[in-house]
Amino acid sequence: MEFLESIFILPFLDIADSPIFFLEVVISGVLAGVMYSLVALGFVLIFKASGVFNFAQGAMVLFAALTLVGLMEQGVPIFFAILITMAVMVLLAILIEKMMLRHLVNQEGIILFMATIGLNFILEGVGQIAWGSDVKKLDVGLPDKNFEYGGMLLNTLDLSAALIAAIMVTVLALFFQYTGTGRALRAVADDHQAAMSVGIPLKSIWIIVWSVAGFVALVAGILWGTKAGVQFSLVLIALKALPVLILGGFTSIPGAIIGGLIIGVGEKVVEVYWGPAFGGAIEGWFAYMLALAFLMFRPQGLFGEKIIERV
Amino acid sequence: MTAQAELNPAGAAEQAAPLLNVNNVEVIYNHVILVLKGVSLAVPEGGIVALLGANGAGKTTTLKAISNLLHAERGEVTKGSIEAMGERIDALSPNELVRRGIIQVMEGRHCFEHLTVEENLLTGSYTRKDGRAAVAESLEKVYHYFPRLKIRRTSQAGYTSGGEQQMVAIGRALMAHPKMILLDEPSMGLAPQLVEEIFEIVKDLNQKERVSFLLAEQNTMVALRYAEFGYILENGRVVMEGAADSLSENEDVKEFYLGLASDKRKSFRDIKHYRRRKRWL
Repeated sequence: MEFLESIFILPFLDIADSPIFFLEVVISGVLAGVMYSLVALGFVLIFKASGVFNFAQGAMVLFAALTLVGLMEQGVPIFFAILITMAVMVLLAILIEKMMLRHLVNQEGIILFMATIGLNFILEGVGQIAWGSDVKKLDVGLPDKNFEYGGMLLNTLDLSAALIAAIMVTVLALFFQYTGTGRALRAVADDHQAAMSVGIPLKSIWIIVWSVAGFVALVAGILWGTKAGVQFSLVLIALKALPVLILGGFTSIPGAIIGGLIIGVGEKVVEVYWGPAFGGAIEGWFAYMLALAFLMFRPQGLFGEKIIERV
Repeated sequence: MTAQAELNPAGAAEQAAPLLNVNNVEVIYNHVILVLKGVSLAVPEGGIVALLGANGAGKTTTLKAISNLLHAERGEVTKGSIEAMGERIDALSPNELVRRGIIQVMEGRHCFEHLTVEENLLTGSYTRKDGRAAVAESLEKVYHYFPRLKIRRTSQAGYTSGGEQQMVAIGRALMAHPKMILLDEPSMGLAPQLVEEIFEIVKDLNQKERVSFLLAEQNTMVALRYAEFGYILENGRVVMEGAADSLSENEDVKEFYLGLASDKRKSFRDIKHYRRRKRWL
């Protein structure tokens, strides 16, 4: 009885008690969600354009962040360090195309997926061999200050992260929907061979899309790295991106954003208000439970492309 | 060759180098499976040529060898040469081939099902560099030939009917402004009436837009009605070739592909025996 009360009654009383605090929790959830979205976005891009679920996206985030920090430690100015890292990510995209994707044209999705698992290990390994495995501090000059607004405690770093993510998402969504290259990317995602038959060069398309995903990984790496330090555990945030993708749909850029927000907000709110009933630490598994529920009732996610089946 | 033709304009009309020339091509899949055992054929400029034969005869492989889509299926041209407009094209990527005006419409339509009909058509213009206005003009032209697509322009291609998808596939190829379309099995899975409709449009495109067609078909009767020339493939070899009307008059073609017995009806056992004895190998 007490347990039921702590689930169905007490949390709502708490919320009603102090709406400002509730708002603060929600906002911190939104900001965390934006960060998840950013990682999920990298997955969506590659999945949309090549039908490949890129298991190595988390490793790409780590790799980009490590490269950037490494360069900055060598005394390269921030701006150039970011440029060089971007160039490294493009180079990486070219290498991936040449050494991996080219040989797997028209193969089953699962085979490409396995290849990205291998890529994951290579990137983790190479990144750490090249730059070491210590936790490093990343400071690219984003302001990191707490301030109060209307009784809520906010953080400038979180806000700028949200802003950057919002801009990136808008630009990418427009690019996919309205440009010829974006259309070609979507065409390749639907049918490699048909795309080849109308003269869309798969090689350059793949290089483009992996470069863009590398760029997204870099941005995610910068923001996460600033927040939590650049360390091996960055790879694990990719795992948090999975439920985001399942919620939002693997093929939808807005889905990645909204999925991220739902997970972020849900996690925080549930942790704060329902945590005590379950003995805390709900934040760790709530997202996966939600994803599981979605898989059962709406496997394409909220915004994913419907699986078209004609009979 | 061209120099000769210029010197001798009288013979030029008949002697003109064909648009497409396939010489003795051999194709091996996976390094071991020999599928084409020396296929030669030619498509004249502005012609419709039919490539006929049963399942597994090598029609699709021949088309893919020309459009260079074989690579993705681990196939390889190991002998022979393919020329178009007087140039070797065997080493060109599909992208370059489309730029030069040779485009394949694959068997089974292969629309981009999550793109709308119009987006599907626009993907066909990917290789073009002549500006938006020219592309828009081509789009109108496609809608002129396939008015049905204009009505369905905003529907997702995956939800359109089989006939409409075939139209999308052909229209998409037209958007590349091709000289030649390699059309693989357009009749597959379509109602007879739709098959006629599609072939009428092919004929129309051929006459008005001067697009040449190499047409792989199992539906021999229809294909020979619309084509001018035909090749019959069996087991990876051309076993017979000729003008379309002479082929459709040929007794063996009638027997094997049109299902018409010439004289009195034979018993099933006789037919089997006859077939086995008279394989063209």
